[in-house]
Amino acid sequence: MKNILLYTTAVTLLVLTQSCHSNPDPTELNSLTLAFDHRVGDKALTLGTDTYQNTLGEDFSVTTFNYFISNISLKNAEGSTFVYPQDSSYFLVRETFPASKQITLKRIPAGDYTAITFTIGVDSLRNTLDLSRRKGVLDPGDASHEGDGMYWSWNSGYIFLKIEGNSSKITPDPAGNQKFRYHIGGYGGYNAKTFNNLRTVTLPLGNIPAKVGPNQQPVVTITTDVSKLFDGAQKISLATTPTVMFSDYSTTVANNYAAMFRVSAVKE
Amino acid sequence: MKKTFIIGLSLGLWGWAACNRTNEPPTPTDPDPSTDKIEVPQPSYFPNKVYDLSSNPVTSAGFQLGKSLFYDGILSRNGTIACGTCHQQAAAFTHHGHDLSHGIDDRIGARNAPAIQNLAWTKAFFWDGGVPHLDLFPIAPIENPVEMDEKLPNVLRKLRESKNPNYPELFKKAFGSPDITTERFSKALSQFMLLMVSNNSRYDIYLRGTTNALTATEKEGLTIFKQKCSSCHTGELFTDQSYRNNGLSTDRNPDQGRFNITQNPEDRYKFKVPSLRNIGYTAPYMHDGRFTSLEQVLDHYSKNIKQTPNLDGLLQQDGKLGIALTEEEKQKVIAFLKTLSDEQFVQDTRFSDPGFGHSF
Repeated sequence: MKNILLYTTAVTLLVLTQSCHSNPDPTELNSLTLAFDHRVGDKALTLGTDTYQNTLGEDFSVTTFNYFISNISLKNAEGSTFVYPQDSSYFLVRETFPASKQITLKRIPAGDYTAITFTIGVDSLRNTLDLSRRKGVLDPGDASHEGDGMYWSWNSGYIFLKIEGNSSKITPDPAGNQKFRYHIGGYGGYNAKTFNNLRTVTLPLGNIPAKVGPNQQPVVTITTDVSKLFDGAQKISLATTPTVMFSDYSTTVANNYAAMFRVSAVKE
Repeated sequence: MKKTFIIGLSLGLWGWAACNRTNEPPTPTDPDPSTDKIEVPQPSYFPNKVYDLSSNPVTSAGFQLGKSLFYDGILSRNGTIACGTCHQQAAAFTHHGHDLSHGIDDRIGARNAPAIQNLAWTKAFFWDGGVPHLDLFPIAPIENPVEMDEKLPNVLRKLRESKNPNYPELFKKAFGSPDITTERFSKALSQFMLLMVSNNSRYDIYLRGTTNALTATEKEGLTIFKQKCSSCHTGELFTDQSYRNNGLSTDRNPDQGRFNITQNPEDRYKFKVPSLRNIGYTAPYMHDGRFTSLEQVLDHYSKNIKQTPNLDGLLQQDGKLGIALTEEEKQKVIAFLKTLSDEQFVQDTRFSDPGFGHSF
């Protein structure tokens, strides 16, 4: 009789334990951090003060640099892919807000990761979802990223990348400003087709994989080289195109910036 | 033995249930949507709604909150401009007497404020259709520098601090807690606007079977309208919701309309075909309010169509520009169009300024 009591309790306890632990063993999960390092060629990006030059010989300074990173996935050495939970996979990287340049991905299964894939911008589906599915950086009313201006209200959709600054080569406006403003978005259109500036990049980690394990929380440094935005497949002149927003030319900018990321370090 | 087994099993089940309970979402408090819910009417001769009401069920508390927000200047930078400033009920929620809408600091907008009516059936908003969902709409006039010139996070901040009206309390009544978020704010405004259904004009009474609700002249106007206008102003909403170039001169106003949204050269100078319901109240007409009377509008279609890029095919048939209409036919069409005026709608106190706002 006692045995049966013990047995039933044991079985039910087992069921209980399993139903309470719906996730895999936490000892096999750990974090992986993506650390974005903003540079212009071989110089660090400093907003406002420093002056850089593109290959067309145009000097420029940068006053704003923001972009969305989304839909992150990691490939491991065995060739299988871990997709970071989609609802949690939207990050707004802003040069003015250093904490935003560190993206810590939590609860990554242990493994040796050899490549990282992400989208620059906000995928088309999320651009059309109910407001209940657009929280945090996707909420244009959220005070945590107030003033970033990463949403077009008049042509509903997110701005994927925004860079603004000055160049002495730009014809002054009536107020004497010599500003450039690149606001790049466009997810392909809601009910009529238009250009799609979503770009997905895959960065191999090279010879050193990022090892996630019980005591391993690797940091992958991704260098974002702003100079590539102007000096990519096509050379972009600030004097010729000081303003690029919702226009066909934005695709040229997106094609260039798709190649501005590279993995520069992997730390255990 | 059997007894012990049952005790063990029930202990286990209790444990399982207790464990499971912790995973359940918190029980929602008030309001009880089943008692508070308001149906958005579905006139039998309207198409199916496009707004998914299951994502935002209309409740009386949500509607009241939306109404407060609609008529409150708190949405603008300096408190002077409400939604109801440019969308006045007496003019079927357009900006009476204004060709272009008149916003904050006497700034003038680029387009004529459209009527707010039957939005549950509307597929896209603005003359160019740049906003594809009603919930995504309110941020646009709020952040437009020539309309309300405010920022959404600051609107939410002001609402959280507001004592009169007590917005945290109104949000609690509508959504169960005093939290004020973008989603709740936008959905409350949607709830208010979704209920603005106009289907009680004399034409509607005629449609529902009272054949003498229209005069003989109005009925003749209806027949001419169906022959000559209803290809675009289709169905009982009087719009096919497409984008078309209706041959307006672009000399004075270079607005490229739908092209701004799609960047497709074939969309240059196209604008959304507006509903004609309540057209007797909504003068002036066209995306820039260039015509002050329906006579001017019909003169445009009959003799002033301009051959501009992407001019609609229906306005250039058999090598002729425009729609053939005699003066007598025009008068009959206008007589018919005026039967689309829904007096009950423009006087419905459910939609009226509650009086605390700053909408003028």
